[in-house]
Amino acid sequence: MTPLLQVRDLAKFYGARRGCEDVGFDLWPGEVMGIVGESGSGKSTLLSCLAGHLLPDRGEVIFDTQLHGPRDTLSMSEPERRMLMRTDWAFVHQHARDGLRMGVSAGGNVGERLMAVGARHYGDIREQAVDWLGRVEIAADRVDDKPWAFSGGMQQRLQIARNLVTGPRLVFMDEPTGGLDVSVQARLLDLMRGLVREMGLSAIIVTHDLAVVRLLADRLMVMKDGRVVEQGLTDQVLDDPQHGYTQLLVSSVLQV
Amino acid sequence: MYVAVKGGERAIDNAHAWLAEERRGDRAVAELSVAQIREQLSLAVNRVMAEGSLYDPDLAALAIKQARGDLIEAIFLIRAYRTTLPRFGVSHPVKTSAMRCDRRISATFKDAPGGQVLGPTFDYTHRLLDFKLAAEGEVAEAPEAAPQPGQTPHIMGYLNREGLIKEEVPDEATPPDLTREPMELPATRALRLQALTRGDEGFILSLAYSTQRGYARNHAFVGELRIGAVAVEIDIPELGFTIEFGEVVLTECETVNQFKGSKTELPQFTRGYGLVFGQTERKAIAMALVDRALRWKELGEEDQGAPAQDEEFVLMHADNIQATGFLEHIKLPHYVDFQSELELVRKLRREAEGCAGQEVAE
Amino acid sequence: MSDYNFAYLDEQTKRMIRRAILKALAIPGYQVPFASREMPMPYGWGTGGVQVSAACLTPGDTFKVIDQGADDTTNAISIRKFFEKTAGIATTEETAQASLIQTRHRIPEAALSEDQILVYQVPIPEPLRFLEPSEVETRKMHSLEEYGLMHVKLYEDISQHGAIATAYAYPVKVEGRYVMDPSPIPKFDNPKLSMAAIQLFGAGREQRIYALPPHTRVVSLDFEDHPFEPSKADHDCDLCGASDSYLDEVIVDDAGGRMFVCSDTDYCRSRRAANHVGAQGAPYEDARA
Repeated sequence: MTPLLQVRDLAKFYGARRGCEDVGFDLWPGEVMGIVGESGSGKSTLLSCLAGHLLPDRGEVIFDTQLHGPRDTLSMSEPERRMLMRTDWAFVHQHARDGLRMGVSAGGNVGERLMAVGARHYGDIREQAVDWLGRVEIAADRVDDKPWAFSGGMQQRLQIARNLVTGPRLVFMDEPTGGLDVSVQARLLDLMRGLVREMGLSAIIVTHDLAVVRLLADRLMVMKDGRVVEQGLTDQVLDDPQHGYTQLLVSSVLQV
Repeated sequence: MYVAVKGGERAIDNAHAWLAEERRGDRAVAELSVAQIREQLSLAVNRVMAEGSLYDPDLAALAIKQARGDLIEAIFLIRAYRTTLPRFGVSHPVKTSAMRCDRRISATFKDAPGGQVLGPTFDYTHRLLDFKLAAEGEVAEAPEAAPQPGQTPHIMGYLNREGLIKEEVPDEATPPDLTREPMELPATRALRLQALTRGDEGFILSLAYSTQRGYARNHAFVGELRIGAVAVEIDIPELGFTIEFGEVVLTECETVNQFKGSKTELPQFTRGYGLVFGQTERKAIAMALVDRALRWKELGEEDQGAPAQDEEFVLMHADNIQATGFLEHIKLPHYVDFQSELELVRKLRREAEGCAGQEVAE
Repeated sequence: MSDYNFAYLDEQTKRMIRRAILKALAIPGYQVPFASREMPMPYGWGTGGVQVSAACLTPGDTFKVIDQGADDTTNAISIRKFFEKTAGIATTEETAQASLIQTRHRIPEAALSEDQILVYQVPIPEPLRFLEPSEVETRKMHSLEEYGLMHVKLYEDISQHGAIATAYAYPVKVEGRYVMDPSPIPKFDNPKLSMAAIQLFGAGREQRIYALPPHTRVVSLDFEDHPFEPSKADHDCDLCGASDSYLDEVIVDDAGGRMFVCSDTDYCRSRRAANHVGAQGAPYEDARA
């Protein structure tokens, strides 16, 4: 089997300051990888480099494309990379506002990716939109409402529906539960766990919240000062942390 | 019995004749001469030259007369005329350091070589209507002093010597010409400055004001404002040397803005720049502020989403000839588009009423 | 006006515009930037069309100008006079006689032939402009063929109104590649965009020229289950009785009484000359005689 994503020797600097360095890993189909660390640890920089939002200074991000097999996404042409972003890849932003069109109805938001890849039957698009709203627990009668009329949790669920409707093979998530109330977070996590299992999703989730990775991630990478200090199976890393920093991270959570 | 409206051609001719009569006004009142406008409404003439991008006080005065004092209309006349003029050559960049200054002030230093020269300014006039002017009395002659010998150095030069202000590296490349090439974005600073100097004074003023009120505030001081005449020089290939073929009056403003610095770079002031034809000091200061706001990316500043930082927004909307043309075109006939909307609205209403009727029936 | 060059613009400028036109013809539907000149008429009043016409006109041409389909609207008259003065060319109101037709907001009803050129005046050339205000971004969307957003707009129309609520400037896809704004013609005219004549689109203020070569495939955007529908007022022309032409609605009395007449004045005139009479029409008298 070929890894879905192979990351080799990735590095990004901001002037003299290190964003991230020496990052490498494989992600296998159906696997969910968590990246944890404090703010400033380089985890968001890493995610931006992986998802093509930021150009790294060094390294390779090799994706197993459907047509041509493994290809380095960094050396792809922009049209190819943008095509990937609207078909095989999906990106869930921390702030739903960044990932939604706030002036377009919920149905239009979910339907956009379908239309971007050629769907031209209004009835089918709408049916799929309603179906997806249901899967993220948004009532069908809200399909024509604009996202600004939704609560924060609903907006985030709508963003997830909009991203998953085309069945992406790899989902990037940046603090998907950040900024939501604790009770709303729990419901969202539950929903995400269901979708991940049901669809066999491959995902890379960046978070500072260990509860999120405990619930969703098969594997875990711990970052500090732009470098990976420890990685392994999620349970292993969280239950038996080896690196001093990971121990600190885990113990601070346990105290809460 | 319906007869379609005809006779548009005669209507146009008659409208033009009436317009000419209105422009002349009451024939019992003496007609304005172009020279009177040039001499006595010189700030209007300056604005028309600046935004018309053509330095010719007589033509600008004529345009103001023809436009009945509507300055945007006058600028339009000048622009349309300018397009048809052949180009004989390109001048050297003017040397504002060699400007014969009528006015030169700095807000950053109490005194500097060359001194503070107020010049002919409204600044400290009390804005009281002067009814003596209505009586058409002659004005007394202003006292004169001997011109200062030598050149007036730029204030910025003194900050530069200490490395206190960010160095602007001269670019030897020929700048693009806004009037001969389509605007392509993102624009270079040279292109931005061209667009700003001929941009609408009101628009640039309001944008500059918005930066002062916090929409991308950049803490500007007027480092130096100078107004005066500079020589325009051109190479004559046939002769093999440079000649001075005339002079133009310019207003130049350099602002000293909020300093920048980082762990690797020492703190330094930055600058904004304004250069405009004629005595047009409000425009030059405003231009410098907007120039500085548009430089946020190059200077590593945050995009605050402020209008004055948005290059495309500023450059695409600064030109009053483009703006007024497009604004006023909505008074042209739109029967056809309106008819198509009318039919659509009627159709949608019919369908909506049809549905409502059904629901009631059910 | 004898001080000015033939058709007002200098030859250098005309060459620059012709180069843009050739490029536009080579890439149908692609918006070519050009260094639009300041014309002696306001931006938004046909400066793009006038520059394209000036670059195409030769002394042997016969020129026709219509605005809203009519030869006698004030702006059409003004542009026709401009070229009569600056180019001294022959002008006509008869569609079939014209070698070059400049239009605002309509395509003539009579089919055009391969030896004719139709020049459109365009206010906003960018079909994506009201979905995405940034020029930098829309140019990227065109180059990467990212047109999903255009259909989102149509989707929103149907979900709100039950139908696509675009009545004019209805977007089209050219030869399966570029999405193009056909200028603010009513969607009734869209099917005519695939025609034998050369079609040139000039946007002066926005500095863009684009084109449709003869017989280009032009498809109006729609959904399979909400197909594109050209539409017009559900009437016949009250003057000539035509049932197939686009109609202007005219208010004829203080009680708000209406009548419907052909927007294409030459089409209406030629039908009446051939003895067609509408419900409120009178027998034809040749006004030019």
